[in-house]
Amino acid sequence: MYVLIAGGGKVGANVARTLIRAGHEVTLIEQNAARFARLEEEFEHQVQHGDATELHILERAGIARPPDIVLALTGDDEDNVVISQIAQERYGVPKVIARVNDPRNQAHFDLMGISPTICAVSSVMALVEHEVPEHELIHLLELRKENLEIVEVQIDKNSPSAGKRVESLTMPEGARLISVMRNGRAEIAVGSTELQPGDQVLAILEPGKEDELKRVLLKA
Amino acid sequence: MNALVIGCGRVGSSIARQLAEEGWDVSVVDENEESLARLGDRWPGRFVVGHGMDVEVLREAGIEEAEAVVVATDGDNTNIVIGQVAQKRFDISCVVVRVLDPARADFYAERGLRTVCPTKTAINVLTDAVRACEIPGMPRVEA
Repeated sequence: MYVLIAGGGKVGANVARTLIRAGHEVTLIEQNAARFARLEEEFEHQVQHGDATELHILERAGIARPPDIVLALTGDDEDNVVISQIAQERYGVPKVIARVNDPRNQAHFDLMGISPTICAVSSVMALVEHEVPEHELIHLLELRKENLEIVEVQIDKNSPSAGKRVESLTMPEGARLISVMRNGRAEIAVGSTELQPGDQVLAILEPGKEDELKRVLLKA
Repeated sequence: MNALVIGCGRVGSSIARQLAEEGWDVSVVDENEESLARLGDRWPGRFVVGHGMDVEVLREAGIEEAEAVVVATDGDNTNIVIGQVAQKRFDISCVVVRVLDPARADFYAERGLRTVCPTKTAINVLTDAVRACEIPGMPRVEA
């Protein structure tokens, strides 16, 4: 497999090293001269110096072949958007993975159809939400293409939904309960399922409906 | 008519002042509060401090009411992304984007973004200026 990596920071360099060890052909592009000099000691001809948003730099690195995959891993979200668009739309690169540095920019990548993306901050936050119990609503999975997400909430004894049947809840539009986990056993949530304190409930909903869902399930 | 100018450097600030003089209601966004000084003593329009990539900043600056958006920060890629956000997310038909790199300007122009490339303009003007010198015996270019 031929992989072109834009951005030779911690992420890009470690990915390059790992791919090379796995026997893949890699070209790494790094803009910063000092960092390039350090990388060159390790990666030799496999690293090139330049701005990976410039077409001639990408062409020198072999984007016209095209690579099997381009990884836009710079520390700059605008650059990663532009690299992804040029790779996909001008050179027909079949697969692009882009790094999102600031999670607030995720919407821009989604708007431009750049997928998949990877955001370290979002990944850490998802783990924090999972590990810290006072967070009432845990994001488990984002279904970006479908514009849906799956979340988990824990019902407690003060929740307005405790003791109620699923069919009697006024669920927000664009949200459904999927399953109820009780005493280590999960069951599909149906109309007659009665919620109890301690239940872990999975719900599927459109992003942005979290607060409405919390109001129905967790606080009056 | 409402215009939004993102980036208040030499270029952005001059465009903002020009449009305001021509009767537009102009709103300006820049990361740096001090760039407000470039708009003169009595700037009649809005000025929002923030980054143009931030949708909340764009909203605060009134992008939802804007008929025209000019993107002229000092970063080509920043301009390209903000321009596309204005076009695709906020559905603004008149989006003008400054892109210094001719190759990227052409690529995004082909994709429907109204890019303006000062570098290309400078190349043409400077080349024409050389041609206009009329040194005896210099090669002639047929128009």
